Parts: sequence; C-alpha cells; structure tokens
Amino acid sequence: MNLDWIVRESDSILVLLVWHLGLSVVPVVIGLAMALPLGWVAHRSGAFKSVVLGTTGLLYTVPSLALFVMLPSILGTRILDPLNVVVALTVYTVALLVRTVSDGLDSVPVETVQAAQAMGYRTLQRLVSVELPVAVPVIAAGLRVAVVSNVSVVSIAALIGTQQLGLLFTQGAQLRFLTPIIVGIVLCLVLAVVLDGLVVLLARRLTPWTPRAVHA
Amino acid sequence: MITFEHVSKVYPDGTHAVHDLTFDAPTGKLTVLVGPSGCGKTTSLRMVNRLIRPTSGDILLDGESTNGMDEALLRRRIGYVIQHAGLFPHRTVLDNVAATPRLSGASKRQARLIAGELLERVGLPATFASRYPWQLSGGQQQRVGVARALASDPDFMLMDEPFSAVDPVVRSQLQDEFLRLQREIGKTIIMVTHDIDEALKLGDQVAVLRTGGKLAQLATPEELLTAPADAFVADFVGRDRGYRSLGFVAAAPGLVVRSEPSVPIGSSVEDARAATDDDWLLVVDERAHPLGWVEPRTLRAPISFSDLNLSGTVAHRTGTMRHVLDASLSAPSRRGVLVDEDGALVGSVTAAEVVGSLAEIHAAGVTTGGTAS
Repeated sequence: MNLDWIVRESDSILVLLVWHLGLSVVPVVIGLAMALPLGWVAHRSGAFKSVVLGTTGLLYTVPSLALFVMLPSILGTRILDPLNVVVALTVYTVALLVRTVSDGLDSVPVETVQAAQAMGYRTLQRLVSVELPVAVPVIAAGLRVAVVSNVSVVSIAALIGTQQLGLLFTQGAQLRFLTPIIVGIVLCLVLAVVLDGLVVLLARRLTPWTPRAVHA
Repeated sequence: MITFEHVSKVYPDGTHAVHDLTFDAPTGKLTVLVGPSGCGKTTSLRMVNRLIRPTSGDILLDGESTNGMDEALLRRRIGYVIQHAGLFPHRTVLDNVAATPRLSGASKRQARLIAGELLERVGLPATFASRYPWQLSGGQQQRVGVARALASDPDFMLMDEPFSAVDPVVRSQLQDEFLRLQREIGKTIIMVTHDIDEALKLGDQVAVLRTGGKLAQLATPEELLTAPADAFVADFVGRDRGYRSLGFVAAAPGLVVRSEPSVPIGSSVEDARAATDDDWLLVVDERAHPLGWVEPRTLRAPISFSDLNLSGTVAHRTGTMRHVLDASLSAPSRRGVLVDEDGALVGSVTAAEVVGSLAEIHAAGVTTGGTAS
C-alpha cells in the first residue's frame, strides 16, 4: 500500500467515485420506472407471462462488454460517452426487475386483490394504492440485487475508458501497482454496502406494516 | 330488493354454473344461498356485483338493471364480505375500514371518523384502530371485514362464507352478533354458505341450490325443515330435521315447570343429602345460577367445583323447545333445567313432559308440525 499515492490522487479518486455512484444509481431509477409497467403486464398476461419474463431475462445474458461496445453503433453515440453505460445498465436493471415486479404483484394475497376489486377500486387505483404497496418487500429485495450488481458491472466499463472506479483497476494492472486496485475494490465494496443499506432503509420506511422479527 | 331474472352462467367449456335462476332477495332481509360445492352459489353471488358477468338474464337492484352499469360505481353501492376478510395488509385496521367511505368520496378525516364508529359497532375496542391486520385473530379480522363493508353505508350486502374460516365457538359468537347488528341496520343481504345450520340460523329465507346451479327450493328455514320440496332438499337439510325444527317452536307457556331442589356450592354433605331423596341434586351459585349436578350419596366433603357433573345444558324459559328438550335429555338426572332472563333457576322439566306439550301444541295447530320424511 502506498498512502502517499492515495493522498496525492484523492481528488481524482473522488471524481471517479462520484461517477461510479451516478452510473450505478441512475440506471436503477430509470430501470425501475420501466420495469413497473412491464412487470405489471407480465403479471397480468397469464399464459404469456413466461414468454415476457423469458425475453426480458434473456437480455441479462448479453455480455456487458459486448453491450458497451455495440451500443455506440446502435445509439449513434461516441464510444467514450457515459450514456452507453447508462443504457447498458438500464437494460440489465430492467431484465432483473421485470421479473421482480411481476413476482411482487403475484405475492399480493388473492383475497386482498379480490376485496379491492369488489369494493369498487378501478384497475389503476387498485395497482397504485393496494397492489404495489403490498408488493414493496419483494420488489425491494430485487432492487437490492440490481443495485449491488450494477456497482460491480459498472467497473467493467473501464475497458472502454469510461470514468468510474474501474479505471483504478486498469491503471493498477498497467502499472503493476497494487494500491489503486485495493482502493478501487474497497470503494466499490463500501459503495455497494451503502447503497444496499439505503434500499433496505427506504423499504422499511415504506412498509411499517410488515411483521418484524424481534431480536432479543 | 335484489332481483334475479332468469340468470344463467355458462362457461366456454359448456359447464352450466348457474341455470335460469329467478328469485327475489327482499329489502331489509337476509337471503341465504346454500348448496353443495359446484351448485353455483358463489357464482350467483358474484354476478350481483359483476365480478362475474351473467351469460344471460338480468340482476336488478331496487328494480334497476345492473346490466351495463359502471362496474366500479355499482360495487361501491354494495358491501362485500369474504371468507378470509381480505383486509389490506399494508393499512391499519382503521384505514382498512375507512377505505370504502374514501372510495365513495368522503374526506380522509370524515372516513376515519365513520371507521371509528363502525369498529365500535362490530365490537372491536378503540385500541385496535392502529393495529395492522396480521396482529389480529381470524375472528377479529372478520369483524373488521364486516365493518369495512358497512362503512360506506350501502343498501345491499353480499357475504361469501363470511364465518366459515374461524373456529366453531368464534363462529357462533360472530353469527349471534351479526344477527343482532342486522336487526338494527336492516340491510338487504345475500349470503352464501355451504353450512345448512348457518343458513337455517341466519336466513330470513333460504335458497337451496342443486348441482348445475338450479334453484331447488326457496323457503323460510322452518319450511325447509318441515316441508322440504323434494328428496334432494330433504337430504341436504340433513338428519335430525324433526328435532332441529323444534328450534323454531317457542317454549310453550303451558309447559309445567316443577320446582327443582338445589343447594349452593360449598354446602355440607349433610345439607346436600337432606335437600333431596333423588340420586342427583342441582348445585347453584350465590345468585341462584345453575352450575351442575352432584350425587349426594358419593359426597365425602362440602361440595366443590370438582364434584360437579357439567353434562346438562340449560334452557331459557322463553327459549325454544329444542333447547328445553336438549336440557332434559342432557342432564344426568334427566330433568332439564330452566332459567329466567337473568339466568337464575326457575325449575325443571322432563323429556316426557316436553314431548307431551309438543303433542298438545301440534293438536292445537299452532305450528305446521314435524312431517319430516
């Protein structure tokens, strides 16, 4: 470990950290916004559900590096444009969360949905004020996976030169210098833990009604 | 009034769930749909608020066809109670009940005010208002379900097996409370059950459906017991019809009630033996409420609770002949204990005396009489 290097480079490390944060979080927010209606469609599509979920799930199997390289030609962006990373990670987030949202809506007790319908809730009203709130614990669990996996996948974009903590790995590898690699790993871990914790906290705020295990 | 006019439901595979159903559920009365599984009773119920659409025929609310009505608006006019209550797990008890007035356009404050009143009405303490459904027992959840259905003050109510998911003791308690509530509020109700005893207990009229969704008989509970329309109804109403029909015969004023010797709990062996020559002696508490029977011959020490034989039931003097007869058959002394409105001992009757007075009632033509085949 070379502490002098860390002190000297702290400003640029901070810039990389902020970029990493943004590139991890923004796709999750956009992905969730897209996954909500898609997951609802999957949840409602009965026999076609496995087709919808299979198709979106397939997106997740496209290698990230391939996606980073292919997107500029599809989107017409420059290879270094961070937009490529945002779009790629949004695709992954959607792939993960469509199933999660669909599972979450499936987890709402049948009696609850039926009661809401029989009471005279309209479809959208029922989705927003009954089904989605009850689905929050399941959706939040999927969101945690999406956030953490994004933090890790973002670093791969270092191979195409996008600004984020992954650059510390390529830099360390090129210079045969361990310190940047350790700093990069530690910061990625911290970022993942903090973001994961934020999702957990948010979910708790949204679900004061769930039975909590009492720890002695 | 809810009117079924030639209502049928045929599924695409050709199954007839409901076949040409025509009947009225009169205003302010509780109509029970009962029948074996597959008789289309739940399908019939759900066609009223169009959770299921009839294939043909029409259902009218106070003469107004529900065909083509806005479904959400229609449903808001009809209270709905289901088996497992179907409460919203993410809302407090109070907000669960407030949901229906909110849907009907009440402000949040107003809706919660109404919800608070209704919780009290269905017998839930105010401390329950801020709890979540998972913190409630099945019986308590069901009360919340009833409160929620009533909160928008609908003219009509549909109840789908509302009391069948709770244990027998709670069920009977909920039934009694609901009957009392219905006497106050007088809603037009259709209730579905598979339990003929529940149907006979709660219904002002009972519609028995047979498999394939055909109406077998629509009658008052007493008529069903005493004059079943055919073998299917007779069989469905079940055994012990003659006995159970006594539940609709008021205890005869002419019933001779003999005075029954009794001693208070804690009496000495001598006092107990002096009180009666019979094998069995009735023991009461300090307010003269019957507790149970003892055999004075076998007593070794002053009467304690462990000496009591508790097999005998107790009938109210103003109850039904069924209760009176049951009291006389269940007591070890074969003397049925009668009490007054406060539960204090009045006296006793034997089964022979009860049957004798039934014969007199029958001869006088006061009831339709037991003609169970």
